[in-house]
Amino acid sequence: MDAGSRIGQVGLVGRVGQVGQEGQEGQEGSRRFVGAGSMPQRFLDLLEQHGYNFFTGVPCSLFAGVTRILDAEPRYGYISAVREDSAIGLAAGAYLGGRQPVVFMQNSGLGVSVNALASLNQIYGIPVLLVVSWRGEGGRDAPEHLVMGAVMEDFLRLLGIPYVPLVPGTLGRDVEDLTRIMRETRQPVALIVSKGMLE
Amino acid sequence: MTRADAVARVARALPAGCLTVACNGMIGRELYTSADAASRFYMIGSMGLASSIGLGLALVRPAETVVVFDGDGNVLMNLGTLGSVAAAHVANFYHVVFDNAAHGSTGDQRTISDCVPIEEVARAAGYRTAARVRGETELDAALAACFSVAGPAMLLVEVERGNVPGIKRVEIAPTEITARFRAVAARVSPEPASPRKHEITKHD
Repeated sequence: MDAGSRIGQVGLVGRVGQVGQEGQEGQEGSRRFVGAGSMPQRFLDLLEQHGYNFFTGVPCSLFAGVTRILDAEPRYGYISAVREDSAIGLAAGAYLGGRQPVVFMQNSGLGVSVNALASLNQIYGIPVLLVVSWRGEGGRDAPEHLVMGAVMEDFLRLLGIPYVPLVPGTLGRDVEDLTRIMRETRQPVALIVSKGMLE
Repeated sequence: MTRADAVARVARALPAGCLTVACNGMIGRELYTSADAASRFYMIGSMGLASSIGLGLALVRPAETVVVFDGDGNVLMNLGTLGSVAAAHVANFYHVVFDNAAHGSTGDQRTISDCVPIEEVARAAGYRTAARVRGETELDAALAACFSVAGPAMLLVEVERGNVPGIKRVEIAPTEITARFRAVAARVSPEPASPRKHEITKHD
């Protein structure tokens, strides 16, 4: 499956397709999902390999394994934010100071973050990688997650945020492609985390 | 003291080389009108997030002084960030809040800062210092010492309601604000400036 079909963003499909084709040959080493240890640790290693060096967000049980490591290891400098839009602001400040930030949030936090994404990141050209857990996926979750769970992909498309679901087999390639799009466009992109991936 | 006068006085007292983040609305516009520089980041949208942006910046640039120009409406909109600032123990973070107990950019509708003393909230949250000043003399005296003590520090400045004439909108395209600010703050080469000016509307 190429990146063009995996990354869901209407306005960038052509570009994403090109990115995917460019990356088909000769870069398999950097595309492989490498790293020792648990899946959450390998995921963080992958992010660091791609230059991400500022971590903030609001926790979710679906990526609790990642937050556990971020909290336990001072070298990550993880900032536990009070709200998701505040995390987006923190990340924007870090970008302005020269870092490449990641914001972790539950998809409920996307709703909190709309104005930050639309009236800060998107108009100022401030890139950020959003790692968003998909509560309510497939309509199987607690009631408070069902509405956002059902509309999350439409919501990201409507905001024009390129996104890709985290699948272990293609994660290295997907993070590489998303990161390239994020840098080329200086816009937010999202990696979607389903239940069972990073707990 | 008008807010525009207070903003200009604080701008004149800023330490050389400091990085400034200004909140949306009249405060950012007044700073832009009186003392524009590449080291100023004007947040024209995302109300409530100037302190978050300043905190992120202060964390990754610990050797620089970061000053946030904020308003009572902005602080109240994301009050939890006061806790984030305090918990991060950012010694290089200075929070100047221009408080007129009103939303000055939308017609001076009241906020609740006449009932909620923001500097006391900041002190309770864990800011190292937090002070309230009123009038030019108190402000100038406070500014003489403000940036030489370790932060996180808040200086709340009581200002009159109303807007003075001649305050411009921020005319720089947002992408250009980002590029020129990063050139100073992150010492990265400025990206090509966008030729178009930020589209200006009459709505706030």
